[in-house]
Amino acid sequence: MLPSLTLLLICQLIGEILTRLMGLPLPGPVLGLVLLFAWLIARGGPDSDMRGTATGLLRHLSLLFVPAGVGVITQLDTLGREWFPITVSLLVSTALGLIVTAWLMQRLAGPDDDTP
Amino acid sequence: MKEHLGLLWVYLETTPLLGLSITLIAYQFGAWVSRRAGGNALASPVLIAIVLLVCLLLITGTPYDVYFQGAQYVHFLLGPATVALAVPMYANLRNIRRAAHAILPAILAGSAVAAVSAMLIAQWLGATRAVVLSLAPKSVTTPIAMGVAEQIGGQASLAAVFVLLTGLAGSVMLAPTMRLTNITSWRAHGLAAGTAAHGIATARVLLLNETAGAFGGLAIGLNGIITAVMVPLLARLLIG
Repeated sequence: MLPSLTLLLICQLIGEILTRLMGLPLPGPVLGLVLLFAWLIARGGPDSDMRGTATGLLRHLSLLFVPAGVGVITQLDTLGREWFPITVSLLVSTALGLIVTAWLMQRLAGPDDDTP
Repeated sequence: MKEHLGLLWVYLETTPLLGLSITLIAYQFGAWVSRRAGGNALASPVLIAIVLLVCLLLITGTPYDVYFQGAQYVHFLLGPATVALAVPMYANLRNIRRAAHAILPAILAGSAVAAVSAMLIAQWLGATRAVVLSLAPKSVTTPIAMGVAEQIGGQASLAAVFVLLTGLAGSVMLAPTMRLTNITSWRAHGLAAGTAAHGIATARVLLLNETAGAFGGLAIGLNGIITAVMVPLLARLLIG
């Protein structure tokens, strides 16, 4: 676990440094993701230590959103004032996103191999 | 005794122990409720935990900063966890290569339509700039959405809540929208769930079909990267 956790932190660190130095409009951890992905391709896949560490971290991924989510407490005024545009925007844009993605995917990829 | 209580409160306010403990307790309580509700899309452990903690802070009059001193240790793990998303993405490498000609355009189009429509509708209905910009990255997984929102002038905490609500909305709307538009391919269902409503909708579609789940996972990772690059540009173009 320790070597893999170190590697994850190093990837993030390099990501944070590069995005700042180069002024990239990209969160540091996302560049870290790309770096780790490239490293995995170069190494022919994750070893069992990395697989275990990643699975462990990602199994409770949704727990990690809680502290930021609670931050909504500082935004209750905004939500109360702007609930209407927020609700309409969320519902319509999510429906459009679902339909456009699925329609284009089915059109370009054809029917599934396993669909009768 | 009263003096001791006072000292105890001073101690608890300065140690991260309390914020950290109540975060873990609230989340596990949420997970327990979610299991008892049979995995109903609206009984999400995160949503339950957030509502509980917000109520607790409001009732006790605790400022968010004090809570966050403890909760930041959980929050910090978002960075390494985002990097770790590369591992499940690598597991899908074969699927990516085989259908790349369809996957990339579909995710790009879906992602752009969701971000642009979210910003324009909110702006048109009179939302403030911070809200509009926090809505833009709402289709992707929380750590990425929060990073992007902050970068373009939105609020990370608003983005976190919008991401959550989008996931719930996507889970509920996936089946009806697919039926309405006559889309039968499971790969398309999964890709749409992951692109428009990230992990929450993907977890739902995974219960119905494993291929759909794999394509959902793939879409979460790819759309995260695409959004991180594309949304700041779209935001600059549309909102200025």
